[in-house]
Amino acid sequence: MYTEKVMDHFQHPRNMGEIENASGVGTVGNAKCGDIMRIYLDIDENQIIRDVKFKTFGCGAAVATSSMATELVKGKNIQEAMEVTNKAVMEALDGLPPVKVHCSLLAEEAIHAALWDYAEKNGIEIKGLSKPKSDIHEGEEEEEEEY
Amino acid sequence: MGKIIYLDNAATTRTAPEVLDAMIPYFTEKYGNPSTVYSIGSQNKDVITKQREIIAEALGAQSNEIYFTAGGSESDNWVLKATADAYADKGNHIITTKIEHHAILHSCEYLEKKGVEVTYVGVDENGVVDLEELKAAIRPTTILISVMFANNEIGTIQPIREIGEIAHEHGILFHTDAVQAFGQVPINVDEYHIDMLSASGHKFNGPKGIGFAYIRKGVKIRSFIHGGAQERKRRAGTENVPGIVGIGTAAARAMRTMKERTDKEIELRDYLIERVMNEIPYTKLNGHREKRLPNNANFCFRFVEGESLLIMLDMKGICGSSGSACTSGSLDPSHVLLAIGLPHEIAHGSLRLTLGEDTTKEDIDYVVDCLKKIVADLRAMSPLYEDFVRKQNR
Repeated sequence: MYTEKVMDHFQHPRNMGEIENASGVGTVGNAKCGDIMRIYLDIDENQIIRDVKFKTFGCGAAVATSSMATELVKGKNIQEAMEVTNKAVMEALDGLPPVKVHCSLLAEEAIHAALWDYAEKNGIEIKGLSKPKSDIHEGEEEEEEEY
Repeated sequence: MGKIIYLDNAATTRTAPEVLDAMIPYFTEKYGNPSTVYSIGSQNKDVITKQREIIAEALGAQSNEIYFTAGGSESDNWVLKATADAYADKGNHIITTKIEHHAILHSCEYLEKKGVEVTYVGVDENGVVDLEELKAAIRPTTILISVMFANNEIGTIQPIREIGEIAHEHGILFHTDAVQAFGQVPINVDEYHIDMLSASGHKFNGPKGIGFAYIRKGVKIRSFIHGGAQERKRRAGTENVPGIVGIGTAAARAMRTMKERTDKEIELRDYLIERVMNEIPYTKLNGHREKRLPNNANFCFRFVEGESLLIMLDMKGICGSSGSACTSGSLDPSHVLLAIGLPHEIAHGSLRLTLGEDTTKEDIDYVVDCLKKIVADLRAMSPLYEDFVRKQNR
């Protein structure tokens, strides 16, 4: 079902974790659909992505696309990071099953959401970047159930 | 890979060696068509009758009430569509539940497009059908009530006898999809007021591609597959003799071993449930605690997604499932878990483990040990868990 690269990134996710006081954090997806991705960016004064981390709730493809996306943007400047599309992520993973293509879109959106957060915090505009669409915070105040 | 720990016996089971042995001659030497005159063919007629008797005995039925089909899905399709057709004069309303297998649900959806009205009765948080809602759904035009004997995902066993009584008090036919239950729990069609029943061979160590429908004498449904006069003119097509021998042998075996096998499974299942619930936090057991299939355990691990869990388990040689295997192509969480009231995000984190006759305590210990680590690792990766912990610490 998955390519070797997808399995590799799922089994050995790169850059998994959090960054404290990150320059930008973006969370996209929806737990209802079974996928949430969060990207943390550490961006230096030259707008170079010094470090990147991710956390993902989702299927094998969701984890692998997040992991690959972090690899593709690490060390890049923010304009270069904007060019990391879902297609690029998918190609780097040697493809995804058709039902999992949306995971790669989510990875692209997560990077954009984190860049948007960085841009907002610093009062700058990033060419080609618009406000992220997906926002999980809509349904956040759901009741906590006891298990 | 090393040893495989197969805990997906609700998806399918291993064909028992004695079943396979019984089948092989019907491929190699005794391959004749039962509808022929010469002995290597016509002898197979008696062989089929023998298997029919075995299954009838298991259900407390008559042998001419058992019809071999290609499996549970065919039996379900046949019963629903042919009943709607044959009893159209009496009415056009069917009552079923929200937690049926897709063979029932999608057949009902098909019938709805043809003008049949279907009521889907809900279940409580344990997955037990709401009998009051069922009674209230009955109309003068109701021709059939179809409720599964036991649920394939969460294992809950339904109050079949009560449902059968309700159906018969109102002169309504009662069908039960017993694909998961046959061979696991005793079933008597008279005691439970069952008019029609579906079952499938590969769920009880028989072969795939063979099942049967029990149709009570007097129920007027007609053939679904048209052609020759096989199965008392109700199911055309040259009999799958090896398959029929397989399902008959497997049924006899399942009845013979039921008590001992299920006692052992219940003990191991309860041990599994106890360990998981005690050792993995934020976990929910799905389905009824007692009224469940002997081999079924179904959990939801919060903040964890099911497919990731399955891949990680697979890497440890453990076969499980998340929702039913038939739903794995879709992105929606299981309709059964939603019907018992779980929110989407929790339903995504379900794991079904279904034990088999070969499962050992050592297997369960290994699985729980792996599961603890996998769930912890996935939670460490989960932004939902991160938010949850942050909230707790606030």
